[in-house]
Amino acid sequence: MMGSEEDDGRLYTSTDMMESLTLDSEPHPFLSNNSDYRNAMSGGGSFFSSSLQDSHPLAAKPVDTHRLGFQDSVRSSGSLREDLVEPPSYADAIFARDLSHTTTSVFSQTDSFSDVLTITVTNPQKIPESGASLAAGVTSSYVTYLINTHTNISSYQGTDFSVRRRFRDVVTLADRLAESFRGFFIPPRPDKNVVESQVMHKHEFIENRRAALEKYLGRLAAHPVLRRSDELRLFLKAEGKLPLLPTTDMASRMLDGAVNLPRQLFGEGSVILAPQEAVQPAKGGRDLVRLFKELKQSVTNDWGGTRPAIIEEDKEFLEKKEKLQDLEHHLSDASQQAEALVKAQQEVGEVMGELGLAFIKLAKYETEAGYTPVHAAEAKCVATAAVKASRFYRECNAQSVRHLDELHEYLGLMHALHTAFTDRSNALLTVQTFLSDVAANNMRIEKLEAASNKVFGGSKTQNRKISELKEAVKVTEEARDLAQKEYDCIKEHNRAELERFDEERRRDFTNMLRGFAHTQVGYAEKISNVWAKVAEDARGYAGRSTDATSSGLSSMPN
Amino acid sequence: MEPFLLQRSAGGVPPLSPSMTGAGAGQSFLSISVTDPVKLGSGVQAYISYRVSTKTNMQEYRGPEKIVIRRFSDFVWLHERLAERNKGIVIPPLPEKSAVEKFRFSAEFIEVRRRALDVFMNRIATHPQLHMSEDLKNFLQADEEAMERARSAEGSVFKKKPSDFMQMFKDVQMKVSDAVLGKDKPVEETDPEYEKLKHYVVDLEDHLAEAQRQSMKLVKRQRELGQVLSDFGKSVKLLGNCEGGSLGKAFADLGGCADQLSFKLQNKGLDLLLIFEEPLKEYVRTVQAIKVVMADRAQAYRQHRELTESSKLKELNLEKLKLLRPDKAGEVEAEVTEIKAQSDEAKLRYEEIVRLMEKEMVQFQEAKTRDLGLVLHDFACAQAQLASDTADAWRTLLPYLDNPHLGESTVTESG
Repeated sequence: MMGSEEDDGRLYTSTDMMESLTLDSEPHPFLSNNSDYRNAMSGGGSFFSSSLQDSHPLAAKPVDTHRLGFQDSVRSSGSLREDLVEPPSYADAIFARDLSHTTTSVFSQTDSFSDVLTITVTNPQKIPESGASLAAGVTSSYVTYLINTHTNISSYQGTDFSVRRRFRDVVTLADRLAESFRGFFIPPRPDKNVVESQVMHKHEFIENRRAALEKYLGRLAAHPVLRRSDELRLFLKAEGKLPLLPTTDMASRMLDGAVNLPRQLFGEGSVILAPQEAVQPAKGGRDLVRLFKELKQSVTNDWGGTRPAIIEEDKEFLEKKEKLQDLEHHLSDASQQAEALVKAQQEVGEVMGELGLAFIKLAKYETEAGYTPVHAAEAKCVATAAVKASRFYRECNAQSVRHLDELHEYLGLMHALHTAFTDRSNALLTVQTFLSDVAANNMRIEKLEAASNKVFGGSKTQNRKISELKEAVKVTEEARDLAQKEYDCIKEHNRAELERFDEERRRDFTNMLRGFAHTQVGYAEKISNVWAKVAEDARGYAGRSTDATSSGLSSMPN
Repeated sequence: MEPFLLQRSAGGVPPLSPSMTGAGAGQSFLSISVTDPVKLGSGVQAYISYRVSTKTNMQEYRGPEKIVIRRFSDFVWLHERLAERNKGIVIPPLPEKSAVEKFRFSAEFIEVRRRALDVFMNRIATHPQLHMSEDLKNFLQADEEAMERARSAEGSVFKKKPSDFMQMFKDVQMKVSDAVLGKDKPVEETDPEYEKLKHYVVDLEDHLAEAQRQSMKLVKRQRELGQVLSDFGKSVKLLGNCEGGSLGKAFADLGGCADQLSFKLQNKGLDLLLIFEEPLKEYVRTVQAIKVVMADRAQAYRQHRELTESSKLKELNLEKLKLLRPDKAGEVEAEVTEIKAQSDEAKLRYEEIVRLMEKEMVQFQEAKTRDLGLVLHDFACAQAQLASDTADAWRTLLPYLDNPHLGESTVTESG
């Protein structure tokens, strides 16, 4: 199953990622270029290829044709080739699983994969912030962590590397993955924790964060598609500053959007967005007008004013979604109850230990005072057993937590599902928006043509307007087609991920139940043995014969 | 183990040996049991009544068997009478008087109290001195009206005879004169052995109280665990419904198991309370009863010493008076005789307390050894049983869960 690079699962690349590889100072490739988007993309002098070759780690990799994405379909002179439009072969990304594997695998990076990607996070360090303007006496600093990777995946071109990253980088990674892998179930990243910097540097907080980061990266490494993403690889390998642009840079995007806005509002020229950009969800600041349009569209959809051309008709999907909502609800309940159970067991263990101590003290005291050494010895016996039992309760609990945590993990994962489904509905909305756009423009064209026919030859302006509109329609139609492909892609990702989710969930939950039951049995047996032994020994102390009936007499107090 | 426990607490007490009762001929037999709590009255007036059954061969009693109905305040009356008239003896303790209002009539509280009262009666019945008490006889035989009269006639627990008031007055006088004479410190025994005993008792109470507190906590928490297991079982079953298929069944089985265990744990809660926590509590109360005896002894000692002092003083004065004012001497002589008598009385009282207390302490230690030994043994058995049951319950899941094909997706899994 070890493929060469051609065979591996990295079959989906987002152009968004590509464009983010440009340096900040570069003008936005699409905005600055009003002409046909194809010119911007096609040809050997492609903006992208050149920039790629020169400045980035990715440049080391050949820009292959097997890499699917919109740019490829564009390169092929605008017509959409069937074979490249197929959804990426997800199945290839998931190798056959060994179903008898009994370990829990949400974190196991090597489970079911014959290639290895192991990540550890170590060595937190405080780095003082330089150049910041600070109030007197306040030092600003941030924490970096050492990310160590060991892998034999060929696309990584190397087996062991370590880089330093800060939490902000992780946020960037997560954001970029969310953008590039719409429709996938992307593991949720650790929380940001907006707290004062004081708390940020407490040792415990840093340790918790370190552990959380390790867990998160491990989950990414376990995801059959994400583990091979360029984003992850860059994060793990690129030395120095993380070469991924944060995309939530609202300020600059607002600026970008604002530049567009007047032209869009006043209809000067046609603002032609590159389809790649067009199919991304309309984000605030990016394209205010489009945002308004989509809002209008979704309202329209809701009120049924215009019949949407595409409706979410995948009944199976809708059913599945409902079932998942049900699952999430019960999972949440079970997770809470599991937590309560663990806490209750913990408390029993604790008090058992305290009880043991109390009896030890009592026995010691009595012995020292010179009274009744016999029952003091018995008390000590029982006390020792209680302390042992207490230890067993604690151990049992620690293991139970590990097992039952699976419930909690999957609950966390549900959020990823929501996001993936939202990606889907957003994509659908985009398609629908373009459809309306096209329809609206076509109507305007009709009207104009009808009007110009009344006047012989038509006015120059009218004719120019008509041709402009026709141009716009063409562009929008192409965008619509791309949006449709994107939507179909996402649908397929959803479907495949759901399958994987079901399979993994069943396996993980089975292991959880198995492990939990074994733990409970094992420790209950141990505890029982401890007490049984004491009961046996203590029988002599209690003055009881083995015959229970005669013991009534021996209880005579006087 | 159950039948054994019932034997111990049902009040069947084996015959006392002659040496214990001090009765020369034959063996005294007195067996008491407290049973059948019944709620009587209504509203604020409601209370619980208990059936007290007596079997005896003692001549003083009006027949070999008798059954009477008593309420808690009757037991309190008995306790106070015994305490008044048996200084130096450790009177068996009563269970707590008050309880949170809503809890007062809970089945568990009533059962716990019933048992404690049963133990109380039995300790009295088997005590070499107490079992002969007149008050006990009245308690066990008087009809309800007579009992009620006795109880209310008692009025204040602190009802004193006139001579007592006199004594109290004199005590105050002593204290004042002591202060005047510079003897501010309360007069105390200086016997080092007794000192050691006093400290032992005080510390013992602390240790026993701590053990009792922890045992109470354990009972509470094991019960809470039972409750949580039930909730856990329910939510797991629901989750199983969601999942469906073989995994769903696994969840359902786990939930069912948790349910079962929950039921067991909550049931065993009361048992654990009765065999473990209550006996420890009772011993704490007993130690507190010992402290009461210690206080009585201290008071008796003080009285004895003070009367001795004042008696000596008075005698000296008398001698002086005989020389100076022979006519007054007669009067004072009577006083001196009186006070001397009182002083001797006080001495005897004190010495009786010392004697009794010594025997009581020996009895206490023997009883404690035996009883605590049993309690600890029962506790170990109970925990062993509980753990074993727990293991058995979870174990039933294993065959199904260990199947390696469990959780494999089947086509058209509707989950």
